[in-house]
Amino acid sequence: MDSKVKYPTPQGNPETKHFWEQTVEGKLLIKRCTACGEAHYFPRSICPFCFSDKTVWEESSGEGEIYTFSLMRKSASGPYAIGYVTLKEGPSLLTNFVDCDMAKLKIGQKVKVVFKTTDGPPLPFFTPV
Amino acid sequence: MTIKGKAYIAGIYEHPTRHAPDKSTAQLHAEVAKGALEDASLTKADIDGYFCAGDAPGGVMAMVDYLGLKVRHFDSTDTGGCSYLVHLGHAAEAIAAGKCSIALITLAGKPRTGVMPPRATGAEVDFEAAYGATTHNIYGMCAMRHMHEFGTTSEQLAWIKVAASHHAQYNPHAMLKEVVTVEDVLNSPMISDPLHRMDCCVVTDGGGALIVTTEAIAKSLKKPLVRMIGHGEAMKGPRGGKDLNLTYSAGVWSGPRAFEEAGVTPKDIKYASIYDSFTITVLMQLEDLGFCKKGEGGKFVADGNLISGTGKLPFNTDGGGLCSNHPVNRGGMTKILEAVRQLRGEAHPKVQVKNCDLAIAHGTGGLLGVRHAASTCILERA
Repeated sequence: MDSKVKYPTPQGNPETKHFWEQTVEGKLLIKRCTACGEAHYFPRSICPFCFSDKTVWEESSGEGEIYTFSLMRKSASGPYAIGYVTLKEGPSLLTNFVDCDMAKLKIGQKVKVVFKTTDGPPLPFFTPV
Repeated sequence: MTIKGKAYIAGIYEHPTRHAPDKSTAQLHAEVAKGALEDASLTKADIDGYFCAGDAPGGVMAMVDYLGLKVRHFDSTDTGGCSYLVHLGHAAEAIAAGKCSIALITLAGKPRTGVMPPRATGAEVDFEAAYGATTHNIYGMCAMRHMHEFGTTSEQLAWIKVAASHHAQYNPHAMLKEVVTVEDVLNSPMISDPLHRMDCCVVTDGGGALIVTTEAIAKSLKKPLVRMIGHGEAMKGPRGGKDLNLTYSAGVWSGPRAFEEAGVTPKDIKYASIYDSFTITVLMQLEDLGFCKKGEGGKFVADGNLISGTGKLPFNTDGGGLCSNHPVNRGGMTKILEAVRQLRGEAHPKVQVKNCDLAIAHGTGGLLGVRHAASTCILERA
């Protein structure tokens, strides 16, 4: 999606409030479980793997690679590239690839997080390195 | 406890319409219910179980009241397009447990001429809604990864549409009756890479219904006997983003459960109804169900192998969602209907599989590359 697109405002909730406070600071957070050691995204208070409540916030490097993508050509707001990024820390997340030539995207390509404004906290997107 | 042989499909009906600006959604549900009851030679008063999903206006309470039903068992599980394959399994369970004896399952709606309700969202909404996930681009992502890992090609995917079109030419109600070629598919506009317009199913108004009952009641009726012998259901999602793998679906779990219960294998299947929201949906499901190895789906579907009469695995002989009908953007119901027609010997003579005594109806619902469900039903002629 291009810069003219108005992104929805994250509504947040008690469980995810800290995540959105940190996107304002330009930080992408993930959650890690100190019981089983696994990281996950989007953040839950109880680990989706071992169900322990010993989960802690961790700042992601914001670096990763494209797992897959698709360039959506039929859209009222113009073409956009949706895809999954696998973060260096392990978890994969759904995103859009922005600020790039979408025709040149490739699976395996290195990308990094960028934040786009909303009427509330900024949203994470990714762009090729 | 097993459902094997405990539940029979005694009535089926597919609404002939593909465009219904002059009807209400509730009315379409009533019309398909009436059609299935007439097919079964039963009456509304006989129904004691009712199943519907998110397409039913107002949900199960409003529908039971609108239809004037008096039921002792109901289920409104909504897993998108495969809801009706789930309902068939759940109806078989309820019948096996004596919770009801004549179950009605309905699907209807009008995505062509009405407004579709927004997709339900969960805890993921703030983390995904901004990225514009649609069926086209989510299934496109699955196809991209499949091509990347296994070398699957657009030509191979196109063969799935070609096979569906060969079948649709004989279906007078099919929305698209024209036989197409691989080149036609590749030359159709790109919607969301790598899926072309002809890799996508049709959008239709309409619906369908089933009557599921006990062995004793089915045997007292006139239709050829078709019974459930296996069912499996499963779900898959990103689950915290660990080990993301978009090349397989929850069908890898629902399929084996259904085959095990039925005591048959994919090699035994004479006819396959496979949910075809997109060509990639079919290819992945054929692999997941064990009709071929993971990654070999492209080779399996190529060169007309899914065309009835010439291919090894006749599929979607009504033309499927790719050519005939995809009411309410939910293709599970029509998968069951054509499997029953095949087992009854009521398919069009040009596509009827000879001695068709064992069939599979399988589908996924939700978004294949995000969170989805799968349901597999194995049916046999009794």
